[in-house]
Amino acid sequence: MKYAIIGPGESRSFPTGDGFRQAAVGEEEADIVVFLGELVSARPDKAAVLVELGTECLGVHTGEPVEPGLETVVGFARYRNGQDDPSPLVELVRRPETNDKAVAAARDMFEAAGLTVVVCGDQAGRIVDRLVRPKYNAALRFLDEGLATQKDLDLTCKLGLGYRDGPVERVMRGGLTRHFDVTSALFEVYGTPAYAPARAAVVAAARRDGGKD
Amino acid sequence: MTGKIETVGVCGAGGTMGAGIAIVAARAGFRTVACDVSEDSLARARKQTEGFFGKSVDRGKMSEADRDQALAGLSHTTRLEELSGCDLVIEAIYEDLQAKRELLGLLDGICGHDTIFASNTSTLSITEIAAGSQRPDKVVGMHFCLPAQLMKLIEMSPGLLTSPETFQAAWAWTETCDQVPVETQDKPGFILNALLVPFNNDAIRAVEAGVAEPTAIDAAIKTGLGYKMGPLELVDLVGLDTQLRLCEAFYPITLDPRAATPPLLRRMVAAGLLGRKAGKGFYTYDRDAMFGG
Repeated sequence: MKYAIIGPGESRSFPTGDGFRQAAVGEEEADIVVFLGELVSARPDKAAVLVELGTECLGVHTGEPVEPGLETVVGFARYRNGQDDPSPLVELVRRPETNDKAVAAARDMFEAAGLTVVVCGDQAGRIVDRLVRPKYNAALRFLDEGLATQKDLDLTCKLGLGYRDGPVERVMRGGLTRHFDVTSALFEVYGTPAYAPARAAVVAAARRDGGKD
Repeated sequence: MTGKIETVGVCGAGGTMGAGIAIVAARAGFRTVACDVSEDSLARARKQTEGFFGKSVDRGKMSEADRDQALAGLSHTTRLEELSGCDLVIEAIYEDLQAKRELLGLLDGICGHDTIFASNTSTLSITEIAAGSQRPDKVVGMHFCLPAQLMKLIEMSPGLLTSPETFQAAWAWTETCDQVPVETQDKPGFILNALLVPFNNDAIRAVEAGVAEPTAIDAAIKTGLGYKMGPLELVDLVGLDTQLRLCEAFYPITLDPRAATPPLLRRMVAAGLLGRKAGKGFYTYDRDAMFGG
């Protein structure tokens, strides 16, 4: 499955130099068109049109319900903690009207690139951020409240749950401002306390926005 | 003052957790009295313990002499009075505040004044449990992870009235057993369950909200975050009924909406979809093989 990449902009999923970018072909010969940091537009002659998502829903690009001609548009994001190397996980996002064959083509393309693909509905945070951000908020709150030291919080998760890294070290490495941005977007949608950015993230964002960092 | 710990008692030693804790103590060379109300459970635990030590020898993790010494130092009883000579008694009975309080009250009249009482509770307050004893300064939280004989981590929690000497002696004992203690405040779920129970609930709610199939949710968490097991696989392993009980223990205390029982969990438990032990939960199991649900 050949693909073309539209948009030279920064991509969290496929940073400059990533092998996936290098294997792209020209749009004329591509079966799939991948939009990175560009406004998506219909490509009726292609098997699928992919658009990289940030914290927004796919519906922002396709309209809700999906506008005619955009049924082959599939959202995607490769999970990445802050500026860590991108993980092998690609979350594919579809709407109810999204064409099944377009989703299958997108899956085939990413799997051929050696990535692990999961398909999810068009809900804020997709799977990973929806589940892990409240946990990071809780861990940061526990730290504030003195439940345990950061070392013990992280060690407990590594030894007790087999995590590769603890929640506090992970969210801090990923960036508290990044955590603020993601949780703020989720909180806007869900409005539940679990997604309200933790105090430490609010402080970090305030310093960034005040030019102190 | 707290004296040297030489003899360790384990209450609830016929259960999986209690048997594992008894193994930890006996393996470290302590005289260990494994106590349970059920003779059958104790007999089963004894057999499992012998099997475990046997495998440890086979795998070169333990010498035959050490195995023999550990087994010789491990006794089993249904009589609580036989804990009278223990310097440390670890209770691992079922998660019920009143039952644990009553047990401590009984142990008050059996054990010496210097005996440390440790609770393996995963959800209850150490301070509230200690209120069942006339010597709450001698009560400490000591939460092992399943399976205790393999997992190094122990969450150590002082209650409001736990003396520093008690906490330090209990902490030192865990290190003598080659375990890794971490200190947490006496708060619901300590660290592990306070993070895990709501996280698992969030995953169940994601299924209910139609975010993705269980296989996709678990694959995303394992691939994206590097976890060894997805949250729904884990809930299936520990049992959906256990997750429900944890929710019912946490939510009334914390009023954290994430700790509240997800409606889907309640329905699945009612339907007998309890996870691996029932053959079906979020996944369907055939023997030990796992298939997408």
